[in-house]
Amino acid sequence: MSNGIDGDVILRVDDLKKHFTPHQGFLQSFGKVRKVVRAVDGISFEIRRGEIFGLIGESGSGKTTTGKLVMKLIDATSGRILFNGRDVTSIGHEETKEYRRQVQMIFQDPYASMNPRFKIRDVLEEPLEIHRITADRKERETRIVRALTEVKLTPPEDFMGRFPHMLSGGQRQRVATARTLILNPAMLVADEPVSMIDLSTRAEILHMMKDVQRDLGLTYLYITHDLSTARYFTDRIAVMYLGRIVEMGKADDIIDHPAHPYTRALIEAVPEPATGKVDVVKELPISGEIPSPSNIPAGCRFHTRCPYMKPECKEEAEPELMDLGSGHYHACRRWKEIG
Amino acid sequence: MSETVLQVKNLKLYYHTSKGAVKALDDVSFDLKAGETLGLVGESGCGKTTMGTGLLRMPTPPGRFEGGQILVEGRDILPLPEKEIRKDFRWEKVSMVFQGAMNCLTPVYTIGKQMMETLQEHRSMEKAEAQELIKEYLSYVGLPADVTSRYPHELSGGMKQRVVIATALFLKPRLVILDEPTTALDVIVQAQIINLLKKLKKTFDLSFIFITHDLALEAEVSDRICVMYAGKIAELGTNEQVYGGKGPAHPYTERLLAATPRLRRKVESLSFIPGTPPDLIAPPSGCRFHPRCPRVYERCRMEEPPVREIEPGHLAACWRCFE
Ligand SMILES: Nc1ncnc2c1ncn2[C@@H]1O[C@H](COP(=O)(O)OP(=O)(O)OP(=O)(O)O)[C@@H](O)[C@H]1O
Ligand SMILES: Nc1ncnc2c1ncn2[C@@H]1O[C@H](COP(=O)(O)OP(=O)(O)OP(=O)(O)O)[C@@H](O)[C@H]1O
Ligand code: SF4
Ligand SMILES: [Mg+2]
Ligand SMILES: [Mg+2]
Repeated sequence: MSNGIDGDVILRVDDLKKHFTPHQGFLQSFGKVRKVVRAVDGISFEIRRGEIFGLIGESGSGKTTTGKLVMKLIDATSGRILFNGRDVTSIGHEETKEYRRQVQMIFQDPYASMNPRFKIRDVLEEPLEIHRITADRKERETRIVRALTEVKLTPPEDFMGRFPHMLSGGQRQRVATARTLILNPAMLVADEPVSMIDLSTRAEILHMMKDVQRDLGLTYLYITHDLSTARYFTDRIAVMYLGRIVEMGKADDIIDHPAHPYTRALIEAVPEPATGKVDVVKELPISGEIPSPSNIPAGCRFHTRCPYMKPECKEEAEPELMDLGSGHYHACRRWKEIG
Repeated sequence: MSETVLQVKNLKLYYHTSKGAVKALDDVSFDLKAGETLGLVGESGCGKTTMGTGLLRMPTPPGRFEGGQILVEGRDILPLPEKEIRKDFRWEKVSMVFQGAMNCLTPVYTIGKQMMETLQEHRSMEKAEAQELIKEYLSYVGLPADVTSRYPHELSGGMKQRVVIATALFLKPRLVILDEPTTALDVIVQAQIINLLKKLKKTFDLSFIFITHDLALEAEVSDRICVMYAGKIAELGTNEQVYGGKGPAHPYTERLLAATPRLRRKVESLSFIPGTPPDLIAPPSGCRFHPRCPRVYERCRMEEPPVREIEPGHLAACWRCFE
């Protein structure tokens, strides 16, 4: 198991930005100003080989955009992405294809990501074809069997002839995972949407993903809204707010000793399956909802919702991530006073 | 002791499909007191939404009632003519916030227009008076009055959900059914909405049926919890009986709880329930949970366990719980 501190860096992201400029449209022609959406606004982090790194934050905080940048599905506005020490920010088409074989995306929606007319065998064979891995039938068969075994769909022969609708949600997710594993990736990016998926099914999927990660020494970038799951599943967490990382560190440190008021508010809001809460109105340290990324508050971007806001939070430059030691970073200038 | 608002007795509601009858509610009984919140939990497809639409007496086609009673303030509504249901029952006494409703607001109308339509369908009142009422209800749910002139896409998810809740309260119902009202929202917004619901419940002396698949959330809102499995009640108990130190009684509830991640406690491994919920056209013999149950023995496969009181106010349908 990785401890999240040692080990070499597989992915490094350096002051990465993605600003969307809306197309000149109907409203603009009436003289309204075009507003740039600063979806990702200068983030830096490192993921070590064999580590599970979680990206968490509210809707609109820029998690998916970060995932897409890492997958190179969209181009960065500025900043760099280094994979195994190599700058992959502006590589060519062929190299991008090879990069995407090594860094695979897992779609967390088992219901939408599979062609219903394909048998499971075909679902798994498709990526081999796309990447022209091998034409040898036996070799392909071996890989398919191995991938199905890896995600515990056994005996594999039973599953290869089935269609997606003949599988449960959890089994479909296993197939989706097998489909990525078949290309021997080094790293997986999983973006979990707010979903209606049952907790038991989700637990089953996470369990399987963790086993696979241990067996194959894979690295994960795991994107989620859900802190409870992140605590269970990840080694380290980065908390995003409006396109920036406001706190980052070992999952246990972040949850047991959050430094940033935003992280504290997130933790406060998570429900716990324990008794004695029905008649309690929860004290929420922050009010309102996340502002628009096309109108990011000046200074500390959290100041409009922060219970500890002081004039300097608004007036002075945005704080950078500060190290508390032991790899726990946060971006709140008042952390000492609010203890 | 407060009065009973709702009594459901041996209710059966089946969907008649070409493959056979989907027994989505199969002999379900419970009751609800004034001012009480009853949580309805269970995996996808266990019949939660069916219960909601059933209680409004508007089952989705091809759903049909196959027996039982729904008593609202002591009166069985199943035999009543539709006209009467509309006049003094549906939305008037029992209303519902539908699963995903906040994403079903009509995009081309302003919030004010949509709320106005709902109101005028049920009440004859002057436009000005209706507008006042709309503003009043918007303020109850913490929204500014100028929301009326905005379109759904101009509102955040949390604001849309507040609009939907305000609309459900308009006609002063006694009971509001909330079907996954926060599933699509962030935790902070979810907590805000839950606080709002608690406040509204006091202000209007409401009863709630709170539907979710999340046992952790249910713990924060529901006085009593009804755990459903495959169209039946598996366990029904007070918040304390389900979440308290002793732990729940039914193996299904136990497993569901073990699959619920906890933020404040580090667990090495999350457990899950192997297998999937059964086909409701031909459910398993005996106890419907037996193919997935860790405590199964012969009797479970042969005989269906009845719902029985295992301690005062605590019901369960499991042979092991009766030992
Ligand atoms: N192609 C685009 N053009 C303009 N704005 C965009 C585009 N893609 C994303 N955005 C905006 O960037 C912000 C960040 O979006 P992103 O999808 O990364 O958030 P997220 O953290 O993944 O949210 P969620 O939890 O809802 O999935 C949002 O405000 C979104 O509307
Ligand atoms: N209109 C319909 N026609 C046929 N079957 C239906 C219909 N509506 C629901 N069902 C079936 O009835 C059962 C109960 O469905 P219901 O929607 O009540 O479940 P639920 O508990 O609300 O699930 P979820 O958590 O996914 O919302 C399921 O097996 C479902 O497939
Ligand atoms: S009756 Fe038997 S199979 Fe059903 S829950 Fe109890 S022990 Fe398990
Ligand atoms: Mg996203
Ligand atoms: Mg439902």
